[in-house]
Amino acid sequence: MATSSETSTVSLREAADLLGGDALFLDVREQGEWDLGHVPEAVHIPLGVLEDRVADELPNREREVVVYCAHGRRSLAALATLRSLGYERSRHLSDGFEEWEKSGFPVVVPSTLEPDQRRRYSRHLLIPEIGEAGQRRLLESSVLLIGAGGLGSPASLYLAAAGVGTLGIVDDDVVDESNLQRQIAHSTHRLGDPKVESARDTLTGLNPDVNVKTFNERLSSENIDRILAEGWDVIVDGADNFPTRYLVNDASVWHGIPVVHGSIYRFEGQATVFQPGEGPCYRCLFPTPPPPELAPSCAEGGVLGVLPGVIGSLQANETIKLVAGIGEPLIGRLLLFDALSTTFTEVSLRRDPDCPVCGEHPTVTEYIDYAEFCAAR
Amino acid sequence: MSVVRIPPTLRTDTGGEREVIAQGDTVRDLLDDLTARFPTLDGKLEYANVYVDGEDIRTRDGFKTPVTAGDTVILLPAMAGGC
Repeated sequence: MATSSETSTVSLREAADLLGGDALFLDVREQGEWDLGHVPEAVHIPLGVLEDRVADELPNREREVVVYCAHGRRSLAALATLRSLGYERSRHLSDGFEEWEKSGFPVVVPSTLEPDQRRRYSRHLLIPEIGEAGQRRLLESSVLLIGAGGLGSPASLYLAAAGVGTLGIVDDDVVDESNLQRQIAHSTHRLGDPKVESARDTLTGLNPDVNVKTFNERLSSENIDRILAEGWDVIVDGADNFPTRYLVNDASVWHGIPVVHGSIYRFEGQATVFQPGEGPCYRCLFPTPPPPELAPSCAEGGVLGVLPGVIGSLQANETIKLVAGIGEPLIGRLLLFDALSTTFTEVSLRRDPDCPVCGEHPTVTEYIDYAEFCAAR
Repeated sequence: MSVVRIPPTLRTDTGGEREVIAQGDTVRDLLDDLTARFPTLDGKLEYANVYVDGEDIRTRDGFKTPVTAGDTVILLPAMAGGC
């Protein structure tokens, strides 16, 4: 069948005028091209399967069809196929979709979220700062939690609910009755079970989208590089002892991974973000650990049950911001919370140029004996 | 005269007080005044960071950092707990 160029092609302007009318736009590009954007309300049938599928998708052969591809070559081949199948009123967009997009004509980017994900994360999708792009970043992100205790419980619950795709949890402890006053990722029926197993059940129960990687071991100089090698965007530090805090700090500086820090005691908590290369590290803040008698743990001094809920939730908030690339993270700022007076106080932190780990002339360049470092004070 | 916030780990030394008033024109003077009144603080303050008006004194003049009336001084030791 003869197809004169006058009756077989449609210009960008003409095509734009046909938008929203009876004409059907047919995209014959590959899936990957379609996913990056297409003409609004277009039908997608890749050229290779056009002949097989067009009759199902386009039962009305009298309908006006505008077929397009990226540059106008595949659409010309598609046009020949369409005409041979009896779609007499078909024409092709000879300038192609790339010119269409460059010229500023309407383009829609199809959703890459599944329908159930669109429902689950609908309240995120409604927020312009997060939206589909931000939700995708959350779903593709990996966050490592140090500790599945007071801070790790609320932090991991909110991160799982938010759809962080991979959550790693390092903890070698088992669930004890004294944990349940605040460690809300665990339950009475889990007493005696490893905390990482208990937390995994709770988190995947909350959100099956989340892949939970468990490390039922105590973080040490020997295993930290192996665990960090799995690739993490953010570390959430909810450790309960100084040796682990300093170990996590040094490793995060060397691996270039931001740490969202939280610590708690009785009615008071602290939170900040240590972003290697941008702000201070934990050693800039606290160059030397205090002697044990001046730094009692919650097990020795107690902690208000809801306090880790406040600080751990702040850690989840900072983590989500870092992953989604929004807002102003707590870099170079230490937030202090006092639950008794219900006050937040902020103090500024500076990078120490003489810091032994992140300073200009580092003196600590490999893992040390952290237990000794913290006990010697 | 300034308000000094006492961290929870040092409150047994200040009779349970969360905030105390201390005298002095510099951070050093304030801490000396505190230690004179609460002798068991001696040797413990060196492990706390000191903030005057939200700024770490290490980024100012250290213990010589001037303190004016009405400034809030925060003593902040490291806390390990995530438990």
